[in-house]
Amino acid sequence: MNVWLALPLTAPLIGAALSIIVRRLMVQRAISFVALATSLVAATVVVARVAIDDEVLVTRLAGWPAAVAITLVADRLSALLLVVAVVVLCVVLAFAIGQRATDERSTFYHPTYLVLAAGIAQAFLAGDLFNLFVAFELLLMASYVLLTLEGTDAQIRSGTTYVVLNVVESIVLLTAVGLVFAATGTVSMAELPARLAELPDGVRTGLNLLLLVAFGIKAAVFPLFFWLPDAYPTAPSSVTAVFAGLLTKVGVYAMLRTQTLLFPGGFDTLLVVVAGLTMIVGVLGAISHAEMKRILSFHIVSQIGYMVMGIGLGGEAALAATVFYLLHHIPVKSSLFLVQGVIERETGTSAFDKVGGLARRSGVLAVLFLIPALSLAGLPPFSGFLAKFALVRAGLDAEQYVIVAVALAGSLLTLVSMTKIWTGVFWGEVRPEPPEGRVGVLRHHRAMTTATVVMIAGTVAIAALAGPLYHYATKAGAQLVDPSIYVVAVLGS
Amino acid sequence: MSAALVLLVAVLFSAGTYLLLHRSLTRIVLGVGLLGNGVNVLIVTSGSRPGAAPIIGRDGTPTDSVPQALVLTAIVIGFALVSFLVALAWRNWTIDGNDSVEDDVEDRRVAREEAALEAGRGDVAHHEDVEP
Repeated sequence: MNVWLALPLTAPLIGAALSIIVRRLMVQRAISFVALATSLVAATVVVARVAIDDEVLVTRLAGWPAAVAITLVADRLSALLLVVAVVVLCVVLAFAIGQRATDERSTFYHPTYLVLAAGIAQAFLAGDLFNLFVAFELLLMASYVLLTLEGTDAQIRSGTTYVVLNVVESIVLLTAVGLVFAATGTVSMAELPARLAELPDGVRTGLNLLLLVAFGIKAAVFPLFFWLPDAYPTAPSSVTAVFAGLLTKVGVYAMLRTQTLLFPGGFDTLLVVVAGLTMIVGVLGAISHAEMKRILSFHIVSQIGYMVMGIGLGGEAALAATVFYLLHHIPVKSSLFLVQGVIERETGTSAFDKVGGLARRSGVLAVLFLIPALSLAGLPPFSGFLAKFALVRAGLDAEQYVIVAVALAGSLLTLVSMTKIWTGVFWGEVRPEPPEGRVGVLRHHRAMTTATVVMIAGTVAIAALAGPLYHYATKAGAQLVDPSIYVVAVLGS
Repeated sequence: MSAALVLLVAVLFSAGTYLLLHRSLTRIVLGVGLLGNGVNVLIVTSGSRPGAAPIIGRDGTPTDSVPQALVLTAIVIGFALVSFLVALAWRNWTIDGNDSVEDDVEDRRVAREEAALEAGRGDVAHHEDVEP
């Protein structure tokens, strides 16, 4: 049994159990940091072994035989996402503590946050469909609690939509898992490719569609995205930052895994069409709003379209571009919500008719917003440019000119909506009036600023280290194109 | 897989879906419960044929244990989901005094703007004028 593979999942769970017992805030904070740090060390070891030894790590919990064991698998894609996720979780935890929001003081914040971390880690490592479902439930249950922790009117209202929609998603996913088991007699992702290939086409298509709908709701693709822009803006910024960065990406990861491993080439055209609609509808929604958090929430939807486009295009280059896109998108999106969190903490809101002139009050804050904003829109020299460039080139190589045009138009519209935030929040009259004798915005919120700067430095580092990282992504794409690598590694261990 | 169980799954799914389409949160909770149980029965029937009881000293092959384990997990998760939904419905009721699912604030603002435009008044409701 490989301990490093189990630790990212078990350390937060043990931490959650401990911190719900102790209930003292300072101890809870310490436990959270220790648990996530352990998780981070383990995830780093996993990614190093996967990258350097070029192997797929497999472990069966408690050493049970393959038929009944909970199998954890880390190939290049899983290991990369795991380490990015844990880093984001650590930074956002520091931000949440610095934010001094009411929900972080709750006895249940830290245990729930750790359960969320465990759920995300398990989702990336799960080696069978049922454990993927359990991981989804783990992180969803934690997200329900975090979203409605303050119990205010707005949170309960949007929380209800979020919970009901995601419960429906869970039921669809569980039905799909049950039917896959009925049709093939296994839920192991390593055994499924061979057994699914023997099924009649109709059955296979049906199973694939059920899984796609379930993961599509989670990833918020068109037309299943409508719960997201409603629910996310009501949560505290620290919570939204994690949700925006990681939860939808878990859905994308599950889609990527099933479409490459279980149903290669099943619905490529459908996915490309859905991707185009997701990009455009999401970004149009963003343009039509006048509140920073809502615009950023719609951007999540739009950006998911680019990743789905990569999955739909298929092939090594497009999948490598998708992996790189995921790597770039998670920290960039989270850092935008962190900047929004600083603004909201300072002014109490981020609606354009109430805030303005922040660039005059804090030039550094404006720069902190601008870096991830331009990166998300895809301007050079930031990481978003490289991710989009790779995706567009893969699209041109595949001669899918329509989707490439749509993707470029979507980028342009993203830039338009970012300038809308810029003119709304950073330019114009200084509103609301800063309190007397107040030093700069950033100096006043030191802990939040540090966390935000670390996250943004990470996004810049991705652009700076794009060479080796893209090399890694290319190898991950090669692994995804050839399912036999995964299958042989799991069955042969 | 017996026809009666298949029929049971169908009934549970259709009744659950019907209840889920309502605005009342209580009905949604009941619908989720029915759907969850429908899936559980589906997974149980998807296993192998019923086997003899695995009692020591008695012959006979036991039934496949994997779907049983899956369903056990699914039941626990379903229970947690339903209890959370009930808590949410209760909280909703203590705040609003009703248990229906409300519209999105932005949706209501857009609808109000449209109504104002159609009425030809032109004075569009502003963001903060809308009661949450």
